[in-house]
Amino acid sequence: MTALRRLLRDPVAAFGLFLVVFAVVVAIFAPWLAPYPDDAFESHLLQRLRPPSAEFPFGTDNLGRDILSRVILGARSAVVVAVAVVAAAMLIGVPVGLWAGWKEGWASEALMRVTDVFLAVPQLILALALGQLMAPGLTTAMVALALTYWPFFARTVHAETRRLRGALFVDALAGIGASTPRILLLHVLPNAAPAILVRATIGMGFTILTAAILGFLGVGAAPPSPDWGLAVAEARQHLPEAWWFPTFPGLAILLLVLGFNLLGDGLRDAADPRLRRSR
Amino acid sequence: MARYILRRVLLALPALLGLVLLTFVLTRVIPADPAATLAGDAATPAQLGEIRARYGLDRPLWEQAVTHVRQVVSGDLGNSIFSGRPVMEEIRFRLPATLELTFVALLLAAGLGIPLGLVAALDHNGPVDHLVRVVSVGGLAIASFWLAIMLQLLFSMEWDLLPLRGRIDVAAGAPAAVTGFFLIDSLLAGRLDQFADALRHLVLPAVTLCLPGLASIARFTRSGVLETLQKDFVLYARAAGYGRVRLAAIYVLRNAVTVTVAQIGLLFGALISGAVAVEAIYDWPGLGTYAVQAILAADYKALLAVTLVVGVVYAVVNVVVDVVQALIDPRVVEQVK
Repeated sequence: MTALRRLLRDPVAAFGLFLVVFAVVVAIFAPWLAPYPDDAFESHLLQRLRPPSAEFPFGTDNLGRDILSRVILGARSAVVVAVAVVAAAMLIGVPVGLWAGWKEGWASEALMRVTDVFLAVPQLILALALGQLMAPGLTTAMVALALTYWPFFARTVHAETRRLRGALFVDALAGIGASTPRILLLHVLPNAAPAILVRATIGMGFTILTAAILGFLGVGAAPPSPDWGLAVAEARQHLPEAWWFPTFPGLAILLLVLGFNLLGDGLRDAADPRLRRSR
Repeated sequence: MARYILRRVLLALPALLGLVLLTFVLTRVIPADPAATLAGDAATPAQLGEIRARYGLDRPLWEQAVTHVRQVVSGDLGNSIFSGRPVMEEIRFRLPATLELTFVALLLAAGLGIPLGLVAALDHNGPVDHLVRVVSVGGLAIASFWLAIMLQLLFSMEWDLLPLRGRIDVAAGAPAAVTGFFLIDSLLAGRLDQFADALRHLVLPAVTLCLPGLASIARFTRSGVLETLQKDFVLYARAAGYGRVRLAAIYVLRNAVTVTVAQIGLLFGALISGAVAVEAIYDWPGLGTYAVQAILAADYKALLAVTLVVGVVYAVVNVVVDVVQALIDPRVVEQVK
């Protein structure tokens, strides 16, 4: 728990944690927090594109829906997408990294070259292409993002496992007859956990950004979903008149990603003694 | 040195072959049925069959793959399913546009990011350091497509300072193509008006695109400088009476920047990813818009070619980066031996 205390003592990281917790709370209680929860699907054509006012603090969109409500409702899908994609990418990447880092020989070498190939293609193009595999939609976009993000976890875990494989305590464990799965799961994995955690936190921010781009390009969430990226895309046709339309959903993306990035930054400092010394 | 370069080039080849196969598997599966897309809704089964035969889509998958690898190696990537024109020809016009944009963005990112990181490290834990930290984390958090729209809203629509979209004014016309880079071609033609116009069109896209790169470069430079400042040679130089600024700007920076240079190679992939969204918003006629069009039209030939070209560019950039790194820091070559 010293790591958590150290994290909270860092004001910038604590701010990041606050943003993330805030977004998660908003996401969970979205339907109760939104002033007009029905505006997720309902349109009111008589009050189109109203500027911000006391009634609609963020203004209304092209279908007369309250933008504040839709930003709040959109938090849910953003958080769900981030958690689901990163969890899925971890489920693939962590075992691959553990195995390839532990084993020697052509098979593990080949596996890491495969991750190289994945890393050599711009992630967005790969995700766009995969996203078209099935009918474009949020689920497809999530699968595509997970399939393109796992190599990052494999890389991180591979490096950690390689580093730990030569450690004295691992030799000692092997010497007293511990099985390989036992060493990997009970001893190597916990030691790699800080690096995985940092990667996961930063990955959440990255996933929200990429998912927003996919939504923006029309390969992610579909209307009338209150997706933030989609809202920015819809707003483009109503510029420069309705400046509030793209501004607030975009700010929501910025704040949530900023939260994850600041938190990841702080976690990295708290977890890595070498970097801590230099700060 | 020559052996080092050769080694780096040879190491890149297996990854490229992997890329060829991966893209084939991916793109061949993407379109539900490319022939159906091509023929339109009203096509009869006979027409569909004819189209499949013409494009070789009726062959077994492995045979298509072999044909594909052979074509790639010979540099012939076939015709776009959508426009019917050779994809390499279409890409030849679009690649320079994307490269010009990404190079300028990279130049901006390195030109601003390295000094920012250096200043932050010298003011360790001071106000400048905190400011740079917020800028660098914030730069990675901004959605590029949103930033692009906001910049358009302010600089093009509200204040009318910079062009909204495109690469050059249609009235001014594109400079005669020599390199395909408008900034260079216009100078070669001696057309300063075209140069200024191209530059004005570049400002917003390049600024939008450079921000994430700037953020990472500032970060890596900062931590590199901080680490180098702990080295014994710095202590010695300080003791020998070197001024702080001179020491930092020349000796520390050169040691620290090797890490940053290695990162620039990896950043390039992210830049090209970013270019997809940025190009889409600024109507930049580059590979990004081409890729999006290809995907939406299920044009797997075009998509294959784009992915391959991007992969090759990425590989070349990384070899160049490795060589530059070796030039700055001869220890890199020693390690390989």
